[in-house]
Formats: sequence, C-alpha cells, structure tokens
Amino acid sequence: MSIVFRKISYLDEAAQALVEGDLLVRDGRIADFGQNLGRPDGAEIIEAEGAVLSPGLVDIRASLGEPGFEYRETIASAAIAAAAGGITSIAVLPDSAPPIDDPALVHLIIARGLETGSVSLLPYAAATRGLNGEELAEYGLLKAAGAVAFTDGGKTIASSRLMRLALSYASGFGARIVQHPEDFELAKGGAATAGARATWMGLPGIPAAAEAICVARDIRLAELTGGAVHFAHVTTGEALALIRVAKDKGLRVTCDTAPPYFDLNETAIGDYRTYSKLSPPLRDEADRLAVVEGLKDGTIDAIASDHQPRDADDKRLPFADASPGGSGLATLLGITLVQVQNGALTLPQALALLTKKPAAWLGIEAGVIARGRPADLTLFHPERSWFVQAGKLPGKAQNTPFDGRALEGVVLGTWKAGRRVFGQ
Amino acid sequence: MASLKHLLGIEGLNPVSVTNLLDLAESYVLLNRSGKTQRDSLRGRTLINLFFEDSTRTRTSFELAGRRLGADVVNMSVATSSVTKGETLLDTAATLNAMNCDLLVVRHNRSGAPALLAEKVTASVINAGDGTHEHPTQALLDALTMRRHKGRISGLTVAICGDIAHSRVARSNILLLTMMGNFVRLIGPPTLLPGGIGINGVEVFHSMEEGLKGADIVMALRLQKERMSGGMVPSSREFFTYYGLDRKKLAYAKPDALVMHPGPMNRGVEIDSDIADDAARSLIKEQVEMGVAVRMAVLDTLARSTNW
Repeated sequence: MSIVFRKISYLDEAAQALVEGDLLVRDGRIADFGQNLGRPDGAEIIEAEGAVLSPGLVDIRASLGEPGFEYRETIASAAIAAAAGGITSIAVLPDSAPPIDDPALVHLIIARGLETGSVSLLPYAAATRGLNGEELAEYGLLKAAGAVAFTDGGKTIASSRLMRLALSYASGFGARIVQHPEDFELAKGGAATAGARATWMGLPGIPAAAEAICVARDIRLAELTGGAVHFAHVTTGEALALIRVAKDKGLRVTCDTAPPYFDLNETAIGDYRTYSKLSPPLRDEADRLAVVEGLKDGTIDAIASDHQPRDADDKRLPFADASPGGSGLATLLGITLVQVQNGALTLPQALALLTKKPAAWLGIEAGVIARGRPADLTLFHPERSWFVQAGKLPGKAQNTPFDGRALEGVVLGTWKAGRRVFGQ
Repeated sequence: MASLKHLLGIEGLNPVSVTNLLDLAESYVLLNRSGKTQRDSLRGRTLINLFFEDSTRTRTSFELAGRRLGADVVNMSVATSSVTKGETLLDTAATLNAMNCDLLVVRHNRSGAPALLAEKVTASVINAGDGTHEHPTQALLDALTMRRHKGRISGLTVAICGDIAHSRVARSNILLLTMMGNFVRLIGPPTLLPGGIGINGVEVFHSMEEGLKGADIVMALRLQKERMSGGMVPSSREFFTYYGLDRKKLAYAKPDALVMHPGPMNRGVEIDSDIADDAARSLIKEQVEMGVAVRMAVLDTLARSTNW
C-alpha cells in the first residue's frame, strides 16, 4: 500500500526550509520525497495544494486520565483528540491511579498505546515510589521496561536531598529527571500568580519566583551530581535566564513550555474562569513575552501540550477549589502557529519545537521527514481557520483555556505508520 | 443602577450608584429610628440567607433588613468541610432554584463563590463576604457611617490598619473610598500587606505614626488568630504594640479623627477597649445600625431593578 502526497510543502532537513513537492509513503514508511514523484500504480493520491506535511507531532507531556480517572478521559478518547490535533507520539505522565511506578504498569501504558493504532504512548515513570516524594522508584527496571524519563508529574520533587539522590541515581542509567519547577512551600495552597490580580480577586498567590527558586536549586544539584534535569512547563523569564546560563555552561539541563504560557497571561483567569486555572498558574505579560523569547532563541527545547483532562465537576467550583489543568491535545498545533503568524517564529522553527526537537529529546525515531522513517505524518492547512469551542473539541476532555479562540491552521489528516488515523 | 441584578462587589458599581444606595439607606435610617420600621416593598418575596461561614452579625443584619421590607426570610447555614463544600454549593443552587428564591444573600469562605452561584441561580445574589475578595455591604455601611459624621464621602483621609492581606472588608473599602475620591492609607506589617494592593493612589505604611498622620477616619481590622500560628505575625502582644489602635497611636491622627471596626473585635489585639468604647471617638456601634439600613437599601434596589 502506498500513498503519494502531491504538491504539498514539507520541511527539507538539509535545506532547513519548506519546499514544495511530493512525498511517497510505502509500507508504512517514508519512501521518497522530491519533485514530481508521479503516480505509482495503486497508490492513493492525496492532492493538497497549499497544505504543509509535517512529521506527526511529538508531545512530551500529557496526562491521559487512564488508569484511574476515566471519568475525565480514557486513552481511547485521548487518542481521538491527539489524532485530530496531529499528534502521533505522546510521553504520558505517571500521575494516574495507580501511579506508573512499576514495570508492569509501564508495559500496560505502552500496550494501550499500541491498541489505539493511532498514537505511540511513551510512559514516564514515577521519580518517587507512589509519587509520594519519599523514596526513589526502580529507575533501572522501569527504564528497561520502556520508561522514557522519571518525574512526579505535577508534583514537585520537594526535598533537596531526594532530588540530589534522584539525579545522581538516574545518571547511572543514563536517565533524566523531569521536574515540575515550583518551590513546594511557596506554592502550597496557591491558586494564581501572586500580584495585583490575585490580591484583588482574593486568591491565594504563588510568587512567580517560586519557579526560579526551584530551577536554581535543581540546576545546582544537576551540576553537583552530573545528572540530567528537565524542567517541565517553564513559565517565567527568570527561570529561563537561569536555564540559559546552565546550558551555556554545558550542564545537562533542558526544558519545555506549553501553549498557555506563551499565548495567555493571567488576565485569562478574570471572572474566576476555572478553565484558565493551571499549574503552574498563568503569569503576567512580561513573563509571557519572555517565554516567547525562550522559544525564539532555543532556550526552550520543546513545546508540550501539557494536556490535563478535567471534567466539569472538577472545574465548576470556587476558583481556589477547582482542579488546575487544561486540555491541550487539539490546540497544540494551532496555538503554536499563532507565534508563526505574528512573526515570532518561522514555520520551520515552530515545527521543530513540536516534532524534531521533542523526538530527539525522547530519543525516538520520529519527528523528521527522512527516507525509511515510519510515516507518522500530519497534513495541515496553515491558512484555514477554526474556532476552539469547549464542548465541541475532539475527545472527552473539554477543559480548554482557549475557549472561543479563532485559530489558523487546520489539521486535514494524520497518519500513523502510513495508516490514516484522522481526516476523511 | 436599573440593570443591577446582583451585588457581587463594589467593583462594578460607580459613584452614582453608590450615592443612590447611600441616599436610600439614609432614608431607612430615619424610618428605623422613628419606630415605623415595617415596609412592604418585598412582600411575597423570599430572601434566603445562605451562610457557608459562621456570622451572627451580618446574617442578623440581612435578616432584619429583609423582614423590615416585608420579605419572607429563611436562614440556611451550611456546614462546610473542605472536601464537600464545592459540591454543596452547586447542589444548593439547584435546590434554591426549585424553591423560587428571589434574593439570595451568600457568605462563603472562597473568593468568587457568590459569582459562581450567581451564574447558576435565578435569584439576585448579594455577596455577604467571599473569602478574601469582597464584602460590599460592609463598605457601603462604612461609607454611610463616615458620610453621616463627616458630612461628605469624598476628600477624606481614611487609614485602614492591620491585616489587609486577609481582609475582604479592606478590599471593598479601598475600592469604594478611592472611587468616591477619598485618600486611602493602609498600615500594617509587610507580611499582612499583599502585593499590588496600592491601586488608585493608595499609600502603604508600616508605621502607625506615619500612616495615621492627618487621618479623618481610622479603621482597625480584625486580626485572626490563625495569622499568628501561620507565622505572619509572631504574637498578639507584638502586633498590639506596633499596630493595635490605642489612645497614644490615635493621637497621631487628626484631633477629631473617628474610629471604626467591622467587628467582631479582638480587644487588646487590633484595638484597645479604651478606644473601642469611647463614644466620642468610636463609631463601631453606629456601624451596626447603618448595616441594617444599607442592606435594606441594597435589597430594595435589587428588587426594583429585577423583574420577578
């Protein structure tokens, strides 16, 4: 079975530019690309002038609700949302119930991904047993089972001693620790970024510096141990400045951010909009701009969806009681493309943050257009528009902080290993 | 004012609507004092006092206000545990809709809870204090009290002292007083002054001597015991020494400065009994009286602007 995509634009890795041409998929792999590949016998022809054919998006941070929170989302429903969002690989957080802290559970998540047929699930495993922040999980056995890195998900590894041990022990297996960078004590009980907005809404505040304080500590611990640390959903200019310096020093430090943090600022929580209650909380405009700068200058290694499914009952509460988190699979591409439309990023830069860079970070064979690679592909039209509407998003989780947004960039089709998993 | 369906905060009011409310309340003060208290503008209407947080004084004040306007008043106290309170809130909203409640007075320990209820109920919602957000009827009754004694509610220098960080009374007062053109000074230890509080020209002080200089009104706020255990203030005696309102500190203000407190008072913590009970300086009892009149004005105004 082969497919020819005709007259599409794709990213030529050698030229680092978008070129117009054709791409041939055969037996689930990218067989060839270039000008005028013709119409091989029996091949399905997909004509999509003006559309961009990107490697399938690689999302390095999402919670999927299963096992344990099926009322929020199941892996099957998340797979539908991912396919509609052009995502073909997801690194899944371990904060399910039970948490992924046992090799058997790592196997389970991988197998559940294979069952979907549309998205590869790459499990993170717990950094501490039961995500309890007390004792290390079995990094060696978990990594052998397929865990991609170790993290306590949305919980900070609070103890400096434990973080030191985690970084040190993980380095023996060549494994990374992924931190939710928020000083635990400063963040406790907080619902919004400390400042005038939190004060006047009467919400308990978390100082933005809580992020930099944690990042500074963990960079120092990475240096001390020789371990590799990754900071998830970085949101402040101050933390990015620290990461920039650490990278310049050659320390093993990487980071990602998520669309809300470069697209929204704290004004989005006005009127106590709990769909905009996130962890870490939305920041002020200066920090949002600093995150955009971090995307531009390469300090940020990837854009992750930071998908956190919640149902209406988790959110229809007084703001301080509402569960933090936003759904993000369906909007990952569209919100990222806003930064292309406003000129902050080039399209190749934006796509690299969604494909090549996260794939390289995970060490998986994905994220680039190259001969012989699995044909995980996303076809999107960069100029067609759509409306983000909570209640009408693909999949079960409807808790988008982007409700009501008009976006340019419509996914026309998604292919997993050459099989169409989204689109007509 | 015609479009006012709920009273969720001072935010959303304007100088004209505040003045109208105060004028109407003034007329109720006179009526209440004359002994002819019974009106019937809310006859046949149901007012529910929905209190998720204990409060005798505010609940009683709304109850009296409602009854004096002829409403049927029902008090509901909802015991809260941290786990179930959100659920209770929306379940309660459904129940209230079924009961055809017209006016819903809500107190809740979470900021924004009355706003959330207002989205779900058919009744007009009056915020009787939500978390550390707002307590609009307190600010209105404070304004009425000031206006009666100073003859105006603009151009006054009002010093608010103590635990600003956890005070919805302070927030609503700052909003109302600055909107009406008064000068607001906040005085407290830095741990009890939240970031970004200094809007609309509000000045922040850490010393009573500096902050009270030239004040027409000195408002002391309640300091909750939890603030000591939370480490924000080391002890009540230290707090009283530096921020407790006593005769010596009051002397820094104008000679005719008057003292207010939203109650209930912690005597010897944020205010000295000597001052609190000094009829020549303290408006604390009158604040309670004004509370009923202001709440009558609010209920009446919301009732008039809503088509039932």
